[in-house]
Amino acid sequence: MHLPAPLTDWFAARGWTLHPHQQAMLERAANPATLLIAPTGGGKTLAGFLPTLAELGQTPPPGLHTLYISPLKALTADIRRNLRTPVEGAGLSIRIEDRTGDTSYTQRRRQRADPPHILLTTPESLALLLSYEDAPKIFQSLQRVVIDELHALAESKRGDQLMLLLSRLESLAPGLRRVGLSATVEDPPALARTLAPDRCDILQADPGPDPDIAMLETDAPPPWSGGGGRYAMRAILDQVRRHRTTLIFHNTRAQAELFFHDLWLQNDDALPIGIHHGSLAREQRERVEAAMAAGQLRAVVCTGSLDLGIDWGDVDLVIQVGAPKNVKRLVQRIGRANHRYNAPSKALILPANRFEVVECRAALDAVRDHTLDGEPRGPGPRDVLCQHILMTAASGPFDANDLFTEVKRAGPYAALSRPEFDACLDFCATGGYALRAYDKWQRLLERNGKWQLRDPRAAAIIRQNLGTIIDTETLKVRLKNRFGGTPLGEVEEGFASTLTPGDTFLIGGEIVRYESLREMTVEVTRQPGRDPKVATFNGTKFATSTLLTQRILKIFQADSWPDLPAHTAQWLALQREVSRLPQPDRLLVESFPHDGREHLCIYGFAGRNAMQTLALLVTKRMEEQGLAPLGFVATDYATLIWGLDPVTDAAPLFDLAKLREGLETWLSGNAVMKRTFRATAIIAGLIERSHQGRRKTGRQATFSSDILYDTLRKYDPDHLLLQVTREEAERGLVDFSRIEDMLARVEGRIDLIRLPRVTPLAAPLFLEPGRIPVHGTGRERMVEDAARRLMEEAGLA
Amino acid sequence: MHHAFTLSGETLHALPSGALYWPARRLLCVSDLHLGKSERLARRGGALLPPYETRETLHRLEAEVDRTAPATVICLGDSFDDLAAVRGLEDEARLRLARLMAGRDWTWIEGNHDAGPVEIGGTHRAQMTLGPLTFRHIADAAQTGEISGHYHPKARLKGTTRPCFLLDGDRLILPAFGTYTGGLPTDAAALKGLLRQGALAILTGPRALPMPL
Repeated sequence: MHLPAPLTDWFAARGWTLHPHQQAMLERAANPATLLIAPTGGGKTLAGFLPTLAELGQTPPPGLHTLYISPLKALTADIRRNLRTPVEGAGLSIRIEDRTGDTSYTQRRRQRADPPHILLTTPESLALLLSYEDAPKIFQSLQRVVIDELHALAESKRGDQLMLLLSRLESLAPGLRRVGLSATVEDPPALARTLAPDRCDILQADPGPDPDIAMLETDAPPPWSGGGGRYAMRAILDQVRRHRTTLIFHNTRAQAELFFHDLWLQNDDALPIGIHHGSLAREQRERVEAAMAAGQLRAVVCTGSLDLGIDWGDVDLVIQVGAPKNVKRLVQRIGRANHRYNAPSKALILPANRFEVVECRAALDAVRDHTLDGEPRGPGPRDVLCQHILMTAASGPFDANDLFTEVKRAGPYAALSRPEFDACLDFCATGGYALRAYDKWQRLLERNGKWQLRDPRAAAIIRQNLGTIIDTETLKVRLKNRFGGTPLGEVEEGFASTLTPGDTFLIGGEIVRYESLREMTVEVTRQPGRDPKVATFNGTKFATSTLLTQRILKIFQADSWPDLPAHTAQWLALQREVSRLPQPDRLLVESFPHDGREHLCIYGFAGRNAMQTLALLVTKRMEEQGLAPLGFVATDYATLIWGLDPVTDAAPLFDLAKLREGLETWLSGNAVMKRTFRATAIIAGLIERSHQGRRKTGRQATFSSDILYDTLRKYDPDHLLLQVTREEAERGLVDFSRIEDMLARVEGRIDLIRLPRVTPLAAPLFLEPGRIPVHGTGRERMVEDAARRLMEEAGLA
Repeated sequence: MHHAFTLSGETLHALPSGALYWPARRLLCVSDLHLGKSERLARRGGALLPPYETRETLHRLEAEVDRTAPATVICLGDSFDDLAAVRGLEDEARLRLARLMAGRDWTWIEGNHDAGPVEIGGTHRAQMTLGPLTFRHIADAAQTGEISGHYHPKARLKGTTRPCFLLDGDRLILPAFGTYTGGLPTDAAALKGLLRQGALAILTGPRALPMPL
């Protein structure tokens, strides 16, 4: 396979030569599926497109030839620019366009009627395209699919959905060839099987030199607790000053906002620095991206929204603020610096508090040892399959046998049984209830051997609900003026509901004053100089990987810590002095009062999910013992439970038989399960997403999915969606086996230590997000007290 | 445990379930049952919700009727999600309703979802006045001594949201009793405009809890 001469000339004129792995991709153009693993900066995306450019030649016939799919909208626009440069430079008549939720209606319509040669899109936009009746026409000429950052997609239901979509595409365009691109993969054969079971080739590029990475040490030690790394502002500004362009990564949007705000207060040289995260308005983000591309910024404070993609060659330093939680993500972020092949990336990691110093140390060791973390993913979830069946029905009548065959060709669904498939089809058609209530009002009907929508209007509802990303409800934030002012971004509905006019909060690095809520938009005015509230955003919450957790526990066992900064070594010593450090073969449990509540801290080091399950089971035991637990928060290493009464005997709380018994009943009725159910119900099409545009002020909110969950549990406990919810919980959220392992290892060596106050090791837990309330007698007592106090204050009682 | 209060001189009990009991008249009042809601959504091509909410709502209504043994029951409108939902009612649900209605005075007040006669027994009225109190579906800001439903009010306290009664000196607004019913926050303009300063929300839940708005 050869590139068109004008293109090779254009490359030659710039002194570009193909990397060996790029050449290899051209040679494998005819392969049905290839997974290319290459480091960031290795021209991986171009490698994916080279066979396309070779096949299309100088004057290709009309029709869609290659589909490029990326996890990020921003990436599609960026790739479009990067790909057009050589194509236009070489004078090739190849049309390249992107299509995402941001693409205009007119443009999208035109693309359906007259597709470009290369279409760049996201899994969600692809699902939408495939749901149209004219999908066969759009995709009939398709030859290649390129999936960028495959590892990032394959970790979630977005990947499961995408693989189903690829199977569908292959039915519409037989002979379709697939390419997966990835930089960081812990298990290449598993990822290859996801992309194409049995026939995927793996191409591994030279990984390049090791990164230049270290902990950013500061004069002042990190605070005892807290996040965001604002204590190190001077040191960070100093690094920004000494480099061309710096990316400053944060783990949460709220932390990025706070950091950015403080940074500007201390930015005496007025260095041009921007902020970028997923809750900012698109206009805001695009402005920062453009300024960055033009080399006008010295630094960008950002979150996972810049983890992937966008090739900014000028970035020469990455600073990770806060523990990276996951080695793979750290490696990915490090790769953002110095997008030049065969040059080491430079990165600094800044622990936000002293616990994170240990975590950062563990992460640095892991990067040095080239170990990557990652949990194997189970078979494709059936809620995603239900959505896929509905999507297929929206595009037109289908034959169940054909669809089953097609679904089984998708990697994650290769082991799907026919009864499982039929149950999903039945759910889509009738709801799948034991009470056959909807035989008259089926959603799908079988006519002449083909399944189709009973009510064609349902197609619109199905399309609006496509996708597997479940967002928290958010409200747009705009500057208040008569013409509908500048959009600033969005905040969570829950946060918006706590605002009263006059409150100030941070968004996009600005302090704004809440004025009013109009048509589901938060109207604000600029209000610099007041002490703001911190908005909550629906950013991803990261869990520390098992690999890192184990490394941390190992560090604790040392007699002294010469590798750690002195302040952290002293802190660990202090913990050892006032309490103990957790050990692998014992279970440390601390009990102490704080802020008017009793607390129990369990250092199980079993990973966030298992620690969360343990918290649920232990709070249930506490409830039975009348200890009135109010809530808990779980991290990878510990669980903090608060309640009204102290625990004086820990052993009965950890009776394995009792815990297992609790698991059975608990699995049914708790907040984690309800949250899991909600996501499953939205994905499977049982409940609709609420759309910003359709929600009007004053209208009653739809009832909560919790009610559906409770009703199903009571009347139809074997329903498909309850099965999926249980599987999901057992696979991910419950992880009971690790509790069993931990308790088996401990063999009853449980140390309950009563202390007068919060211990050094427990302190960071108070700042963990994701606090989960326990709805029991304790909360009921509190609600009653609060109501009574309010009545008294109002002079009514 | 219920919360007792007076409206137009009459002592009334807000029950934790969201039903209202008037002891002097042995009268039970529930609002917005929305029976047949899942069937109506399915008929219109929407989601196929678990078709058990009519059973569940009737189950909870039976429990209240058993507990209070009322002589009179008033369903305060939107008892059915629409008139076709009445026709679509399963036989089992009809039988249970008939059993509930037997031997007592049963009134269906019409609501915006179920205007027009209901072919299911009982008396059908646009509104109903008993002593100093008037029962109607949608509150009329000009009236006093009024008991209504329609808005499905919900209040937030300590991070939980619960259906609630709303009470001021002129009127009482009932929460929705139906299982699949959403809610309108108490600070919504439609509710604010109806209530006087010093109004109370009475939260439903394990106990009926009054709190100032």
